[in-house]
Amino acid sequence: MATAVKQKSDVILQYLRPHKKMPSVWCAGCGNGIIMSAIIRAVDKLGYSKDEVVMVSGIGCSSRMPIYLDFNALHTTHGRALGFATGVKFARPDLKVIVITGDGDALAIGGNHFIHACRRNIDITTILINNAIYGMTGGQGSPATPSGAFSTTTPYGNVEKHFEPCELARAAGATYVGRTTVYHATQMEKMIAGGLAHSGFAFIEAISNCQTYFGRLNRKGDAVAMIKSFKENAVMLGKAKKMSEEELEGKIVIGTLYRTEKTEFCDEYQRVIDSLQGGK
Amino acid sequence: MKADPKNVLTGSHYLDGNYACAEGAIAAGCKFFGGYPITPSTEIAERVSQRFPLLGGVFIQMEDELASMASILGSSWGGVKSMSCTSGPGFSLMMENFGLGIMLETPCVLVNVQRGGPSTGLPTLPGQADMMQARWGSHGDYEVIALAPDSPQESFELVIHAFNLSEKYRMPVLVMTDECVGHMTEKVVIPPAEEIELLERKYTDKKPGEALPFEPTSDGVSPMIPIGKGHKFHITGLTHDYRGYPVINAETQEKNVRRLIDKVNMHADEIIWLEEKDVEDAEVVIMAYGISSRVIQPAVAKARKEGIKIGQIKMVTVWPFPEKRVRELAGKVKSLIMVEMNYGQVFLEMDRCAAGKCRTYLVGHAGGTVHNAVDVYNTIKEAVK
Repeated sequence: MATAVKQKSDVILQYLRPHKKMPSVWCAGCGNGIIMSAIIRAVDKLGYSKDEVVMVSGIGCSSRMPIYLDFNALHTTHGRALGFATGVKFARPDLKVIVITGDGDALAIGGNHFIHACRRNIDITTILINNAIYGMTGGQGSPATPSGAFSTTTPYGNVEKHFEPCELARAAGATYVGRTTVYHATQMEKMIAGGLAHSGFAFIEAISNCQTYFGRLNRKGDAVAMIKSFKENAVMLGKAKKMSEEELEGKIVIGTLYRTEKTEFCDEYQRVIDSLQGGK
Repeated sequence: MKADPKNVLTGSHYLDGNYACAEGAIAAGCKFFGGYPITPSTEIAERVSQRFPLLGGVFIQMEDELASMASILGSSWGGVKSMSCTSGPGFSLMMENFGLGIMLETPCVLVNVQRGGPSTGLPTLPGQADMMQARWGSHGDYEVIALAPDSPQESFELVIHAFNLSEKYRMPVLVMTDECVGHMTEKVVIPPAEEIELLERKYTDKKPGEALPFEPTSDGVSPMIPIGKGHKFHITGLTHDYRGYPVINAETQEKNVRRLIDKVNMHADEIIWLEEKDVEDAEVVIMAYGISSRVIQPAVAKARKEGIKIGQIKMVTVWPFPEKRVRELAGKVKSLIMVEMNYGQVFLEMDRCAAGKCRTYLVGHAGGTVHNAVDVYNTIKEAVK
């Protein structure tokens, strides 16, 4: 058992930047580390070299991840990572492009870019860390903050409705959509690997804990308590299908929610280029 | 290196300025264009969407200008020469990621076919009122390079030149044309490929682990680091050290911003391109850029015919501003005149550099049409008194 644990941490260390000093900017107990290690294990499992992975991010706690990982890394502007990643992917279709984003980054300021990247079915794996709040700026409400929840900008409880990112992604045209939580680290690893291996736009919503702001302002307890609540409230997709709407109230349905094969954007464009040049 | 003959439509053509911009990009070896339709620049995107795939290039109509600018930065870091074009409000939207391009020192070209503003303004009519936005439109301190073609022919040539400058100085370069030039159809002579000189991107020759994305160099320009070649670089829009890692303090900010400013300033003499005529013995010098530099010709010709010693300077580059030359002239001439389709943007720079040593005049208006030659002539008469 001890050996197995050591091997796992060796894998993790192998993917961390040698020159980047820890600690990270993330609070102790933040779920982002669990997600980062799931990404590492997924990449390792697929056997990609570190050099063929490009990680693009926007702004926020989630978006600081590329600095710690020894991939090609582009830390860009708030909400715009997918635009940037689209350019990278077209310039180098051979590289594996991962976009790491948050609920504010992807659903508010980057919402338009998000739905259009889904629609194009470009081969980018997007991992949205959903902690239902803006962490980096200090706990403001986001489009994923549930109705009634408290944040520093919803001091009387959120009067807005929240987005369901997976439903949004599927409706917009993403061809691989999954939801998981930081409690379900092994499932997360498999889901990310599945997304990376999938040709097309893969979207993974990773429900995470921000005990510092969301937890404190909404009396959800510390990191452990929040992660435990993910365990208690999660329902696997298969089981959820047999449950009524009332029974699913307050539950988190996890699993690969949707998967289909459609032509990938870069491939399709290349076909046009080939046909034009072939016709000459 | 020379242009690839496959990309060069050698011969005489009858093209508008927008199509000529597209052909300039193709000749320069641009293979990625992310854009969003907006009048009066759209024909560039349309031409690109038709021509690029024929030559193995990619055109994507992005969801907005924010994404367009982001996409060309991404593709440039992917190793591909990249361009976008826009007008009016689109230019405002691009300013956020234009700043990222400056901060990440990313070669790319952005064409702004200027129309009348502010806001939606005059979509189908010309303006030159984005010149200060070109200079200062994104937040923070930095220097820019902006070129102003006066014709379809120059649109073709200056887009190529813009690509060369962007690769040489590793930064986004602006081509500030306008609705008149964009929609004006004239003869454009595209030379043979071997007459088109292209500057290729300078990549680091250091090994992975040793190369730094923002390494200080004697000429102020750090070589680029290729993606997917073992370097596994990190770049960020945050204030960063030479390694590309964020360092949030005043000392790093000073080094970071100084590099952005110095690399343009130390090469300003090389970058600045002025076309001067009859300036040597002039009592009055009239300055203009883009379409306005052509519009002044009848008034200048009439004034000279009447014996007025008037010289002219066409600013092919507007930014960096030819500060040295204007200071020099201000000590010699009676007056300096700036003609531009705005209420005095580049004029302010001319006036600042004249520093009270000569009189300065603006022939400006709010846009929508080019200048009336009579207004230009009357100002010349006033300026020579």
